[in-house]
Amino acid sequence: MKPLVTLLGRELALAWSRGGGPLPALAFYAGMATLLPFAVGPEPERLAAVAPGFAWLALALASLLSLERLFERDFEDGTLDLLVLGPAPLEAVCAIKCLAQWLAAGLPLAFAAPLAAIALGAPVALAPLVFLCALIGGLAFAFVGGLGAALALGSRRGGLLIAIIVLPLFAPPVIFGGGALTQLAAGLPWTSGLALLAGWTAAAVALSPLAMAAACRNAVD
Amino acid sequence: MISRIVIEDLALRRGERLLFEHLAFTVAPGEAVALTGRNGAGKTSLLRAVAGLLRPVAGRVAFEGIEPEAAAGTLHLLGHLDGLKGGRTAWEELRFAALWSGGTEDGARAAATTLELDRLLALEVRKLSAGQRRRLALARLLAAPRPLWLLDEPLAPLDSVWRARMGELMAAHTAGGGMILAAVHDPLPLPSRGVEVGA
Repeated sequence: MKPLVTLLGRELALAWSRGGGPLPALAFYAGMATLLPFAVGPEPERLAAVAPGFAWLALALASLLSLERLFERDFEDGTLDLLVLGPAPLEAVCAIKCLAQWLAAGLPLAFAAPLAAIALGAPVALAPLVFLCALIGGLAFAFVGGLGAALALGSRRGGLLIAIIVLPLFAPPVIFGGGALTQLAAGLPWTSGLALLAGWTAAAVALSPLAMAAACRNAVD
Repeated sequence: MISRIVIEDLALRRGERLLFEHLAFTVAPGEAVALTGRNGAGKTSLLRAVAGLLRPVAGRVAFEGIEPEAAAGTLHLLGHLDGLKGGRTAWEELRFAALWSGGTEDGARAAATTLELDRLLALEVRKLSAGQRRRLALARLLAAPRPLWLLDEPLAPLDSVWRARMGELMAAHTAGGGMILAAVHDPLPLPSRGVEVGA
């Protein structure tokens, strides 16, 4: 257990510094939120209607940003060898890397999401659910994204490949979270959507480390 | 306790190319083996296969005296890719490597002193010279004691003083029952047996 704690500390420091930390993802997020009124028109009613869903979808896209370097840099500089040969199961190592990615990038975005939704005119009552969806969904995005990053190891144009692998897997959480938000906005029961989102996240957290570890072993071979 | 490492009828492939086949030798405690061979003969691949990272096409690598799953915990692999992060300080990287390999902070500090890295520990790794960086990588061998050292061109960036010094440290390792398997172009600065790869 102790080596994994040490690893988490190192991964957090690396994730924080990777591509300038959470700031670029937040800036990207703010930029998308600024562009939305230009795209759909500035009428407050129309903006308010799409704001929660947009805040949610933009979060999924922003969480793709720093994924390319998650495994690739370790692969290029030889760190991946040390991690594969280390004392902890590789599955746990991969889970720690994704957890650090979520803490460094997903968590700040989860705080930004309700702010963006409110700024675009969404009812303030929706903000807590936007935050909750972003918090839970961000974890799923980090783990599924890590899976894409591990599978793309060693390929040229890895960033593009990651997006293509990962976006279909982002569909279920986006649907579940978006569903919960729409239901709440319409005054309908919304807990089932959130529960499905949490279920998807739990499955991603439990299963994707197995695939990531296999992909890493394959990459060092 | 490893009683012997046996490489038996080993064949390795990189991509479509067969690097070598029917390679066989043993490493016993206290021995240093120098792997020689042309560029691209498969020395690095052999070290990675012994570490368990590469799957052989044929043959096997056996660590006698321990369970196969425990093999990774008995070795240090120091390749030409050293796994040091340029943006982290030398101390952060050495400390992590020590703790990750089952060593202690005190062990890491002692290793740094042995390799005269004390004054460099606060520097970012990218600010180190090639020789200093290699010494930092080599310090990981001492920071967490493990019986088998797999070294890929360990002395290449070092000056003559440090080559001699590393020779002493490697001799001390084998004198204590350790094993060294090193890919080299120049002779190792300690008594060693040669194995030619890809001949």
